[in-house]
Amino acid sequence: MTVRVGNAAQAPDFPEAAKKQLANAQMRRNVRHATDVIRAKRNRVAAEMPDWEALRESARQIKAHTLRHLDTYLEQFEKACTAAGGRVHWAKDADEANAIIAAIINSHGEKEVIKIKTMTSDEIRLNPALEAEGITPFETDLADLIVQLGNDQPSHIVVPALHRNKTEIRKLFLEKMKLETLGDQPEDLTEAARRYLREKFLRVKIGIGGANFAIAETGSVCIVESEGNGRMCLTLPQVFISLVGIEKIIPEFSDLEVFLQLLPRSATGERMNPYNSIWTGISPNDGPKEFHVVLLDNGRSEILADEKTRQTLQCIRCAACLNVCPVYRQTGGHAYGSIYSGPIGAIVTPQLQSMQHSQSLPYASSLCGACYEACPVKINIPEVLIELRGKVVAAGDAPASEKIAMKTASFALSSSRRLATAQKFVRIAQWPLVHDGTISKLPGFLGAWSETRNMRSAPAESFRQWWKRRRKEQHS
Amino acid sequence: MTTSRTEILEKIRRSLGVAPEQREQNGLTEDRITEDRIAKDYGTIAREYQHSGKLDPQSRLELFSERLRDYGTSVHRCSNQQLSSTIAQVLAARHIHRILIPPGISGPWLAASDIEFVPANNGLTYAEMDKMEGVLTACTAAIALTGTIFLRHSATEGTRALTLIPDYHLCVVFENQVLETVPEAIRYMEPFSTLPLTTISGPSATSDIEMTRIKGVHGPRTLDVVLIQD
Repeated sequence: MTVRVGNAAQAPDFPEAAKKQLANAQMRRNVRHATDVIRAKRNRVAAEMPDWEALRESARQIKAHTLRHLDTYLEQFEKACTAAGGRVHWAKDADEANAIIAAIINSHGEKEVIKIKTMTSDEIRLNPALEAEGITPFETDLADLIVQLGNDQPSHIVVPALHRNKTEIRKLFLEKMKLETLGDQPEDLTEAARRYLREKFLRVKIGIGGANFAIAETGSVCIVESEGNGRMCLTLPQVFISLVGIEKIIPEFSDLEVFLQLLPRSATGERMNPYNSIWTGISPNDGPKEFHVVLLDNGRSEILADEKTRQTLQCIRCAACLNVCPVYRQTGGHAYGSIYSGPIGAIVTPQLQSMQHSQSLPYASSLCGACYEACPVKINIPEVLIELRGKVVAAGDAPASEKIAMKTASFALSSSRRLATAQKFVRIAQWPLVHDGTISKLPGFLGAWSETRNMRSAPAESFRQWWKRRRKEQHS
Repeated sequence: MTTSRTEILEKIRRSLGVAPEQREQNGLTEDRITEDRIAKDYGTIAREYQHSGKLDPQSRLELFSERLRDYGTSVHRCSNQQLSSTIAQVLAARHIHRILIPPGISGPWLAASDIEFVPANNGLTYAEMDKMEGVLTACTAAIALTGTIFLRHSATEGTRALTLIPDYHLCVVFENQVLETVPEAIRYMEPFSTLPLTTISGPSATSDIEMTRIKGVHGPRTLDVVLIQD
């Protein structure tokens, strides 16, 4: 079995990748601007809901409940979807899912597909797999189109081209769509995308998408979107294929009343996104004649095993945690080396890969807790990060400098005499490093730590020394 | 031969501690976790959020109109008697002379003499729809709090393609269809839960360029609403 999360297994460690990204001033400006806008909108529309906290708690409980009984709910979904004329396939890993999808397309002799934005397809690297079969996938979400035309990687879960500004996008469209002229306003750019894709919507016979929610009770799939490209892809082609991670199941239709309130407000800061589509199997005289669901495991069933980190699978991919994360806001998404970036990416990417790759990601956080506050399904990301750091250390994969530091600390702190000696040593050794009572650069392997942090110098006297002196003075 | 289906389900059960070989040590005595037990667990989920609305009918319609306008949708309020003249006025202001209608719409809606209403019969192709200026439909329900219209694609609402391909959508909403909250609307739509459903909140839009909501991408770039109140 080969679990794959995009190219994460080959990506450089986070600190190395982040250093490179931090040098890209334009990208950092774009990311800061976009996340500032979205945070302000999200905060405004979340604050106007007096029952926001109650909704978050219900969402958490619904998701946790579903995961506890995931086997039963998956079987229920399969039964209902099949009864409504859908065909359900099961894929253990990326390769199997890619093969199933390619086989469906080949069975119709088609060479082109139109795609709704689906991060899961980036996870399994569906596009390169289809291209290898001679099939051309067209991304139809505006941001995904920008990423595809630019031969780029997604840098955000909801807005994959967030790292690009309108000037860069205009240049890309002019070149790739072979346009003579193009305005530089966002309206001009969306108009160009409308013209470019309309012909494909009307012509291409197979559509592929993901699922925001798959409803066990009815066997329905729900797609949440803004542009109408989703409605085009799931309505106009003759065949539609939904690639669905097994954690996307919710028990009942009525559970949408919780998620359809939380997701748009958290993701794009809107009271409701322009379009939601919910459909069940196939309908006579409306939409595709053939509907397939590919249920994807790709490492998810293993994440279920740990009760502390299982909550990772509650994620509804709103990206609110990215927008508030002080680390993500500095580095952007590419530093994470995974199509799932930011705080949720830091916990989901290594876990999907059984902690065999991306071990530096649980350290790509200051544990400030802003992600937990913002999460609409209350995933305690800091708690999971710490748990995963423990797993990395236990596997002997901790960063070398941390191992040395921890060993040294353990030696010094395990006896009061050793601690006193260490303190005395620090007071003497620090003098060449202290400037105005602050140390801003440490020598040797500690240098990486101090590169982004300042610390106060060690005081002239330790607490123990002060305590001893005070007692002596009182007694005398 | 074990199929992927069996393998995945077995792996999930092992992870959850309910696989046959784990049942005894985990104190699970029944043969399998029964659906009753799952239903009972589902019943314990806290649902302290707001279910029903608190506004009086007038304020509810006000809120609905305000939220639609926030999305850039124009709202035209009129009585049942004024419906056909209002439709004519709204279309005239948009310079639309020919408009598609779903097969279930007839009678007083179509009284305006200077508009050509084109019934969307089954033979109408997507390419033909693409050449039309717009579409006029009814809806099933609406949500005031979020400015949302719910379609179940009945005979008066048309197929999913009909309200998607033309660049202009005029939707008629009756006052008794407007509910206040999302939970009220979802419960109202429950009997139709296996039909194709679409919710529409304003014209098609994107936030993909610099996170700014821009009106109009692939779906109708203009959405007008006629809100009927007697």
